[in-house]
Amino acid sequence: MLNPLPYARALLQHLSSAVWLLIQTVQEMGDHARRGRLPFRLTSFFEQTERVGVGSIPLVALVSFFIGLTMALLTGYQLQPYGQERLVPPLVAIGFSRELGPLMTGIMLAARIGAAFTAELGTMTVAEEVEAIEAMGLGPLRYLVSPRLLAVFLLMPCLVVVSDLTALGGAAAISRWAFDIPWRSFGESALESLLIRDIVAGVVKSFLFGLIIGLVACYKGLTVRGGAAGVGHATTESVVVAITTVIGFDTLCNVVLVALFDK
Amino acid sequence: MSDDAPIIELRDVHLAFGEKEILTGVNLRLAPRERLVVLGQSGSGKSTLLRLLLGILKPSAGSVQFQGREVSQMRRRPLNAMRQKIGMVYQYSALISSLSVRDNLALQLEELTDKTPAEIDALVDEKLALVGMADARDKMPAELSGGMRKRIGLARGIIMDPALILYDEPSAGLDPVISSVIDQLIIELSEKIGATSVIVTHEMESAFRIATRIAMLYQGRIIADGTPEEFKKSADPVVAQFISGNIDGPILEGGR
Repeated sequence: MLNPLPYARALLQHLSSAVWLLIQTVQEMGDHARRGRLPFRLTSFFEQTERVGVGSIPLVALVSFFIGLTMALLTGYQLQPYGQERLVPPLVAIGFSRELGPLMTGIMLAARIGAAFTAELGTMTVAEEVEAIEAMGLGPLRYLVSPRLLAVFLLMPCLVVVSDLTALGGAAAISRWAFDIPWRSFGESALESLLIRDIVAGVVKSFLFGLIIGLVACYKGLTVRGGAAGVGHATTESVVVAITTVIGFDTLCNVVLVALFDK
Repeated sequence: MSDDAPIIELRDVHLAFGEKEILTGVNLRLAPRERLVVLGQSGSGKSTLLRLLLGILKPSAGSVQFQGREVSQMRRRPLNAMRQKIGMVYQYSALISSLSVRDNLALQLEELTDKTPAEIDALVDEKLALVGMADARDKMPAELSGGMRKRIGLARGIIMDPALILYDEPSAGLDPVISSVIDQLIIELSEKIGATSVIVTHEMESAFRIATRIAMLYQGRIIADGTPEEFKKSADPVVAQFISGNIDGPILEGGR
C-alpha cells in the first residue's frame, strides 16, 4: 500500500521553505529600507509590472471574452425554454466577479508568468548568477524575488478587472445577437445583480492568487538543481503546483465565504 | 587590526553534506597582501572553501574568521556588510546575463553606496581599463568570449576595492595565452589595489606564476603549505604526483 507519510513530509517541507522565502524576502527589503533606500530596485519592478500586467492583457482579455460569450450562450439556451434568459447578465456578472475572473486569470498567469519566473530564476541559479548576487552582499531575495512578487501581487487584481469586463463584453455581445437582450439592459441588469461582497471576494482572491503564483514560481526557480533538465522540470512543477494551489485556495475561499456570508 | 593580523583564519574546519565529508579539519591563516593558491583535485573541496569564506556555506564544525570576526555566526546584515569587502571571481564568470557589462559592474555601487551616476561611471571605466576591456562597456555578456567574460568578472570582483579577492579556477578552459593574461592580471590587481588573494586552481603553471604561497587540499585537509619553491621541492608523494601529473602514485590509489 502507498505510504502517504513521505509525501506529507515533503509537502510540509516545501510549504515551510516557501513561507521562509517570503519572510526572508520581506526582511531583506526591510534591511534596505532601514538604510534609507527603496526596499526593491525600481527599474526591475517596472520591468516586471510591464511584463506581468501589460504583457498579459491580450491573453487575459481574449480568453475571458470567449469564456464569457460561451457561458452566456450555453446558459441562455438552457433558460430560454422557460423564458428566463433575462437571468444571463446577473449569472455572468456574479460568476465572473466572484469566481471565474480570479480563477481563470490565476490559471493564465501561473502558466504565462509563473513559468517565465521559474525558468529565468532557475537558469540564473544554475549559472551561479544568484550566488554571485549573494556573494556581492546585495541580498538575492530583495534583488530578484521582491520585484517579481510585488508585480504579480499588485497587478493580479487589475488583470481580474480586465477579465471581468471582457467576459461581460462577450456575454453582452452574444446575448444581443442570440437572445435579443439590448446592450443597455444587459449592463443595468449585470450592475444591479452585483453585491459589494461579490466584488470584495473577487478582489481578496486576486491578491491571494497573485501571492501564491509569485511565491511558487520564485521558490521553484531558486531551488533548481541539475542543469538544463532541472530548469525544465522545475518550470513544469511550478505551473502544476501554482494552478493546483490556486484552485485549492479558491475552493477554500468559497467554502469560508459561503459559510460566513451566504447562509 | 594590526598589519600582521591574519585577514582570514580557518581553524579545524569540518564540512559534510549528509554522510559525505568534504573537509575534515582544515587549518589556514592568511596574512594581508598574500596570494595563496589552493591546489587540489577536482571535487576535493577547493571551491567549497571559498563559499565558506563568503559565508554562503556554514562549517559543520570549526571556525572561519574574516578580519577577526567569526563568519559562520554572523547574522544577515553584518554578513552582507562583510561580503562587500570580498570580491569573488567565478569559474564561469557568473555575470548577470540580463545586464550589460556596465550594469554588471555598477550593480554593487548603485545598490550599496551613495555614489552619483557620474562617479559610478568613472569607477566602472577605471576598472574596465584595468582589465583592458574599456571597449566592452556597452556589450551584453552573451556577446563576449570566455576570456573576455573572465576579465569582466575580474573587474566586477574589484569594483568595491575589496580587501580580499577569491578566484575560483580563474584560468580553467582558456587557451594558454589568455590564461597567462589572466594570471598576469591577478598579480597586477593584487599589487595595485593591495588586496589579499585566494586562488583555487588545479593548473600547475598558473599556480606557480601567481602564488606567493601554495597550499594543497587532499582528502579534506591541507597536506602541504609553503612558498612555490618549497612546494616544488616537497617530498610528499601526493604533492610530487600532483605536480608531475604521473598516473602512478598515491592519488589514484586514494592513499598517501
